[in-house]
Formats: sequence, C-alpha cells, structure tokens
Amino acid sequence: MTDIEVGEHLYRFPGGLRLRHHKQVACRAPLERLPMPDALWIPLRQHQGPPGEPIVEAGETVLTGQPLTRAADDRQVPVHASTSGRIRGLVEGPAYWPPGTTAPCIVLEPDGHDRWIDAEDPPGRDEEADSLIRRLRAGGLAGLGGAMFPTAAKLRGDWPEIHTLILNGSECEPYISCDEMLMRERPGAILEGGRILARALGAREVVIGIEDQMGAVRRAFDAAAKEHDPDGICRVVQVTTIYPEGGEKQLIQVLTGREVPHDGLPQDLGLVCLNVATAAAARDIVVEDRPVVERIVTISGPGIAEPCNRIVRLGTPVRALIESAGGTSGDVDRVVVGGPMSGLPLASVDAPVVKGTNCILVLREQDVRRIQPVMPCINCGECVRVCPASLLPQQLFHALRSDRLEDAADLDLFDCIECGCCAHVCPSHIPLVDYYRSGKGLLRARGAEEARAARARARHEAREQREAQRAAERRRRREQRERGLDSPDGARDEVRAAVERARRTARNDPEDDS
Amino acid sequence: MRLSLAGPPHFPPINTVGGVMRQVLYALVPGILAHAWFFGPGIFIQIGLATGMALALEAAMLKARGRPLRPFLGDCSAVVTAVLFALSVPPLAPWWIALTGMIFAIVIAKHLYGGLGYNLFNPAMVGFAAVIIAFPFDLSQWLAPRQLSAGLPGVLESLQAVFTGRLPASMQWDAITQATPLDALKTGVAENRLVTEIREAPIFGDFGGLGWEWIANFYALGGLWLLYRRVISWHVPVAVIATVVAVSTPMWLAGPDINPSPAQHLFSGALILGAFFIATDPVSGCATMRGRLVFGAGVAVLTLAIRRFGAYPDGVAFAILLMNMAAPAIDRLTRPRTYGHAR
Amino acid sequence: MTELLSAAAVMIALLLGIGGMLAVLARRWRPDEDSIVERINAVLPQTQCGQCDYPGCRPYAEAIAAGEADINQCPPGGQDGVRRLAELLGREPKPLDPAFGETAPPQVAVIDEDRCIGCRLCIQACPVDAILGAPKRMHTVIEAECTGCELCLPPCPVDCIDLVPRPQPFVWPVHAPDDPIRAEAALR
Repeated sequence: MTDIEVGEHLYRFPGGLRLRHHKQVACRAPLERLPMPDALWIPLRQHQGPPGEPIVEAGETVLTGQPLTRAADDRQVPVHASTSGRIRGLVEGPAYWPPGTTAPCIVLEPDGHDRWIDAEDPPGRDEEADSLIRRLRAGGLAGLGGAMFPTAAKLRGDWPEIHTLILNGSECEPYISCDEMLMRERPGAILEGGRILARALGAREVVIGIEDQMGAVRRAFDAAAKEHDPDGICRVVQVTTIYPEGGEKQLIQVLTGREVPHDGLPQDLGLVCLNVATAAAARDIVVEDRPVVERIVTISGPGIAEPCNRIVRLGTPVRALIESAGGTSGDVDRVVVGGPMSGLPLASVDAPVVKGTNCILVLREQDVRRIQPVMPCINCGECVRVCPASLLPQQLFHALRSDRLEDAADLDLFDCIECGCCAHVCPSHIPLVDYYRSGKGLLRARGAEEARAARARARHEAREQREAQRAAERRRRREQRERGLDSPDGARDEVRAAVERARRTARNDPEDDS
Repeated sequence: MRLSLAGPPHFPPINTVGGVMRQVLYALVPGILAHAWFFGPGIFIQIGLATGMALALEAAMLKARGRPLRPFLGDCSAVVTAVLFALSVPPLAPWWIALTGMIFAIVIAKHLYGGLGYNLFNPAMVGFAAVIIAFPFDLSQWLAPRQLSAGLPGVLESLQAVFTGRLPASMQWDAITQATPLDALKTGVAENRLVTEIREAPIFGDFGGLGWEWIANFYALGGLWLLYRRVISWHVPVAVIATVVAVSTPMWLAGPDINPSPAQHLFSGALILGAFFIATDPVSGCATMRGRLVFGAGVAVLTLAIRRFGAYPDGVAFAILLMNMAAPAIDRLTRPRTYGHAR
Repeated sequence: MTELLSAAAVMIALLLGIGGMLAVLARRWRPDEDSIVERINAVLPQTQCGQCDYPGCRPYAEAIAAGEADINQCPPGGQDGVRRLAELLGREPKPLDPAFGETAPPQVAVIDEDRCIGCRLCIQACPVDAILGAPKRMHTVIEAECTGCELCLPPCPVDCIDLVPRPQPFVWPVHAPDDPIRAEAALR
C-alpha cells in the first residue's frame, strides 16, 4: 500500500457543485462559551451503535467528566456528565432520528460549580496503541464531524497496515463553520491530537485537508507546527472547494486519486479519515484526561438574528443555542441539524446537542418556498452531471417510484451518499434524496424480513426432519417387533415382556401419569 | 413552533422546468429574426398558429386526463414544441399544416404517451414527420430568400396565403417559391449532375444555402448561449457537428462530384437547429454524458445517410426520431462506473 | 403474382423456422420441477401458518408448481407477495383471495407468563420451534424467531398467548405534498 500518495497531487471527483458558502456570517462573532442551561439532557446513545449501560442513579451527584454509561466493546461509546450536578433521572427525551421520536436521556441539573472529576490516569501521550485506544474509548470519542462513528472501532480492526491518517477539515456544506473556528482557535490541539491518533493507528503521516479558501487556517497551522509538531509528520493540504469534497469518500479521492471500494473501508487503502474536531478531542482525552463533554456548534442560517459559533456542553437544548444567537428572525419553517444540503430536520428545539451536532441552521418560510410544484422528471441529466458517486439519479428515481426496489439496488442505490446535489439541480423539484433514503430503508427492511424468513424456513425444515426421523424410528421399532413375532421364540418373549410391563404398571402409583 | 420535517436539501432547487424551457425559447430568438429577415414575416404567423394550437390542445388533453393546468401550461414545453415545429415548415404553409402537426405532436406523441417527461419521441419532430409524409407538396413550397425573391410577401399577403391558400393577384407562387438547396442537391445528383455544377445555382451561398447559412449561424449563436447557461450540455451538439464533419469530409475528398462539402452539409437544412435545439431535447434523448455523444453521432450519421440515400432531401427529423427509439438502450449501455466499483 | 407468392413463402418459412427454434430452446431450457419449487418457496414468507390450506410454505410452493394452487392464497405474503409470484411465474398478478384471510401487519406471539401452566401444547404446535419451556414450567417465545402464524393459539388451554404487532424499522418518508405525479398515481 506504499504506492498511495496522499495529497501530493490533487485529483478531481466527478460532479459536485460550487455553492455559496455563507460561512463568514458566523465567524465574525468571537467564539464564546454558552451559559449553562437549567438542565442538560444527555442521550445514552450519541454514536452509531448500541448504547452503553447506565451506571448512575437518580438523585446521585456527579462531577464533570464522570462517566454515566459503561461501554462493553469498541462499538459502544460511554457518555459523561457534561458538568457537575445532580442526576434527575433517566427519561425519554426528544431524539434526532427518527424525526419526532424520543430516546432515553439522563437529565442532569447543573450545580453551577462545574467541578471536574480527578484524573485517574496520568497524562500519557506516549503510551502504546492499545492503551491509547482504551483511553480514547473511555473518553467517549466518536466522530465529531456529524456521523458519530465510534472512533475506537475505526482505530482497531483487522485490515492492512495504516500508513496515513487524514484529518478532515474541509467542511463543504454552506453555513457550517465550527471546524474552521476550531482550526483557527486550537490548531496546536489538532496537531497534537493527530499525532496521538497516528500513534494509535501506527500511521507514519497525518494529512490535514482544508479548503482552498481557508487561508487563515493554513497560517494558524503553520504557526502552531513548530511547537506542537516538532518532527513534522503533519501536513496541511488545501483542496478545491466543490461540494461535497468534505465527504470522506470524496476527500480520499481528491487527495489520493483512489476510490474506497464499494464493499470496503478507507482502511483497505491504508487510510483512516477522521474529523479535525475528533483529533482535538482525542488530545484533550489523552493529554488532559478530559472526556468529550463539549463541542463547538455553529448557530446560523437566514432565520438566526446574530449567527455565531459557541462552545456548548453536550446535552444543552437547541432552544438555548438559538436564544444565545439573538433568537430567530422571521417566520421559522424548520430547524436543521447540519447543513442545508444534507442536514436533518428537527422535530423539536428541545432536542439536546450531542457529539455530532455541528450546526444548528434555522430557515424561514421564504428560504424554503418552492416556486413550482413537483413535476415529472424530464430526463434533463443535470442530476447525472452533478452526482459525485457517478450514479444515474433519474433512473434510480424511476425505479423507486414504480417500487422496483431490486432495479434500484442494481443501479447501486447503496452507493448514494445522500449529498443532495441531484435534488438541488432538479428542475422538476423532485425530492430525490427522500426517494433514495426511503428506498434504502425499504430494501434494508426487506433484507431483514428475508433473513427472518430464511431462519424460519431453516427452523421449520429442521423440525420437519426431526419429526420425520422420529416417525421413521417409531416405524423401524414397530417393524422390528412385528418381525420378532414371526418367530415362535420371539413371540413368546414379546408376550412375556408385555405381561411384565402390565404388572409393573398395575403395581405403580396409579396417580403417576408418566 | 411547528417545524417542517421535509427532507434535505433544504433550499429550493435552482432550476425550474419552465425556466429551462423559457431559456430555450430566448435562445431561438436570433435564429427566428434571421429567418424572418431572409424569408419574410410568415414565420411569425407559423409560430403564432402552432403555439396557439399547441396550448389549446395541451389544455384540452390536460383537462381530459384530469391533470392540473397551471403547472403544465406554465412550463412552456408545449410552446417549445410549437416553435420548433414552426421553424421546420415553410413560412407560407397553410394553417391546417400547423393543426395537423400539433395534433400529432401534442395529442399523440406527448399526451398519449403520458404527458411531459414520458414521451418516447420528440413531439415537434413527430408532428413534422407526420405532415411531411402526409403533405409533401405543401411542405416543399419554400420561399426564395430575400436576395432571389421577386418580392417577399408582407404580413397581409402571408396571412392571406396561410389562411386561404391563395396569394394576392400581384404575386405568383412560382415567382416567390424556390427549391431549397438540399432539394436542389437531391434532384441534381439524381439527374447525374456534378455537385460543383449544382452549386453554381444562385440559391447556394458561400458555404451553405443562401440565407440558410446565416440562419444556421444565428441558431448556433443561441445554442452557444444555451451552452454557456448550462441549459444544454456540449455533448450532443459537438457529437453531431464533429460526426458530420468526420463522415462527410472523406466522402467529399474522395468524390467531390457527387458528395457535398462538410460545410454544405452543416449549413443547409435543419442540422444546426437540430444539433443545438432538437437533439438536445432531454426527455426523448439520452441522460448519460457518453450516451449523449453516441446519440449525437447517431443523429449525424443517419441524417447524412438519409440525405445521401433517402427519399427526403433533409433527414434531421427522421434521424432524431430513430435515435429517440435507441435512447433508452444507449443510456443502459453507457451507464457510468459507480464510485468504488470495478468496471 | 410470383413475387407475392415468393414473399408469402419466405414469410411462412421464417415463421416456421423461428417457431421451431423457439420450441427446441424451450424444451432444452425448461427449468426442472425442483428448482421451480425452490424459487417459489424463496418468495413465500415462511410464516408456516397454513392459511393457504397447505401444511406449510413448501407444500404450498409444490402445489403452485404443480398447478394445483393459485398464487393468491398467501395472506402473510400480501399483495406484494402475489406480485412477486406472478413475476416469477410470468403470470398476471391478481388480488389476494379473501377466502384465505386478510393481510395483517407483522406480529409476534407473547405468552402471558402469569397464566401459562406449562402444558407444552404450544411448543408442539409451533412450526419453527420458537417457543421454549419445560413441562410445568413457564414457556416463553423467542421473539426473533416467531413468525406470528397463530398456530399456537388454538391448542393453548388457558388462552395465555397474545399476538402483538412486531416493531417495524423506520423508513424515511417521501415528502411531496403537491406532487402532480402522485396525483396521477391516485387517479389510477
């Protein structure tokens, strides 16, 4: 895998869009800490995978950074008390996914002192990979770029040698600027975190991919490099700003010219891709023994009065973020977590900030209004031109609308990254991403049903076979007996045995029915 | 606060169907004006007639099929069909030519196939094919261009000719009509005359037909604007023009006596109009980029074949209809390689 | 006249030739019985409920393959199942026959543990061995394996088995409020 060069040449990925980025509006205000809210709602599950098991009781007082759940393996990620205070209890709180549902949250009432728990392990950035990964897992590290994939599961696995760690600092979606803010404010922490993660991976090199318009970020990294990256294993590469170049697969393609196999992982190319915020958090866990209890969130969008970035404790309701940004202006239509191209609409502003909450985007009615109803597809091919995965979005749409799920799967529906480029350029205003998400859900559900049916069939057949065997066994014994009756000796023995059985039955307790 | 849970992307799309169609119409304006300059105001009558009939038929069909009128009339797709049809028929063609053409285009080719987005064939070309097969004589009555005409008919004369079939006493059909350059070539070659000899006739211009070559230039201008606006992609026009040049150049070099030059091919008939405006019709064309190259090349080859061997002087309409039939198969065969998949 | 005759002769020869070729190919590539039964069985939902009047999914598949049963007798498979069977067998889809029952959302059996007397009758009835329990001990249903066939209901002497809806995975909805395409579908 040494033939892969990362960031030496820049490559193009097919399709994509040049969007107005609207990022500076939220970068003008200084980065401030959000005041502590009255209650923090900390969901048990803030990562992709099963939630950990709660280890605190209602009424218990906890310190900042104290673990609230226990993780059993790399796929689980613990959550921690975002501040010191009293546990009110484990209740159902508003969840992001599926929209409008609830999920178990630990409600924490801050005591206002924010006392940190004492560090158990001394800081240890030079430890071995395994103990580093154990610390990162215990520190609750999951992908802070938005996907919240458990970082430990990315660092440890059965794959070829990892040669390069890519830190993704190219936030390609409009409005989101939390990573840019972080890179300007804490470039040293990102460099140190990148070095720690590279050590955990055994990677030789760290490549930080940022957008070509982020000149200030590049200067910040250059200034911090001498102190925080003395032997220079970190390298900053500026990539062309074309949405969605910040997608993991696209960034890898831009930096290496290689594609992640459709049934594989970046690790198969000897690469691991993590967000810059994840790297900074990794440094805080290992060097300062501070688990993930806060993150930077962008609060922006045309419906926000004073767009800004804030340092927010996990569990803070979105409502408090919007209020701290001067509230809303205009007739709010939707609140989105993430960016305008692929963000998730929120059902309630009471939903809490979690590890993957990078941006709260408020859109007004006039920002989302459509000037045309949904029309039939006119096959214009714009979607084909912009698709970064080289799919045929219009044919996928035709297949899904006529319920031909198998055809959609054959057209590589599952390689769709839901970037939204196709729907953004569709003159017929077809909600293409909705169709793809729905089709993926239906196909997954059907796959689960089919697996269930296959199991039922196997169990039914096993049972049939067992009963057939039992019947055959009975028949064999009866036949044996019948054959035995043919010979006079055998018949005599049989009669004697039968009489003996009858006697024994008569002697036994008549109530025993066995 | 009641929040919308609609899926991403959260900003409205940047294009509309009506927007795309209207830009196509704007791009046709220079070509139409050039047409009117060389052949008189008849083209405006044809456009008006065809557009009126197309909208009426579209409305009637939408009503009959229980579809909403406003979005589908407002999308201007029927107007584009009507204008492309009107540009293909002689300026003084009788009114029932437009009626017949629009019935075939809007009722049969478009709505009986399911309306906007579902038509297998380009409606304008279906309408044109229907009238050229049904009324070959009326479709051959092209006017002589301004430089050769005994006097271009004005608005009133044109109206009279279109609606009554008669010219004012001061004008004679023979005096104002003339065979098109492609007609002249076809009949000339059939009479075993040499191309160079045929081309000495006054109806031929510097590189194409007199007048026609300039109209084609203005169509190309509009087409370039569409390319610039990204309404159409470069694939189809480039494939059509490049293939015409690539196929006709060796033929012309090998037999200049019987084969016209590439420039003659490009700048006569409907080739430029077809390359930029008709073969780029999204609904009946290909959607993949490589498919569009194949589609355009097919249109070019078939057009040249029909011009050379067929019964009609120009073959753009039939070539496009034939390629429309092949478009779904071409799209299937030219599917791009998905990210992360081996070829 | 000869031209007409020769044209007719060519056409007839072509028809006969192509027809003969098709006949040969059809015989050569006729799928064997077993694989047809397997393929039908693969489409059936494997509920093993017997609502089709056959003692399980495979017997029903055999009956369909033999032409004894129709393709619209499986309520758990629903209309979608009928469509897939029709596609597989190259037949016209038809509505589900209500005589065999109605399609219900997926369900699983739950044993009321307070009332169960541990009689083992439901264990014997379960076609997929999804009920666990020893004699005179409380029984329980393995939710992941239960097909919701309801066959355990009749034998239970104390009526302690209930069927509850099986939780379905979330599927993202398509938001198209004013969609003429949808309006078109509704008109059909």
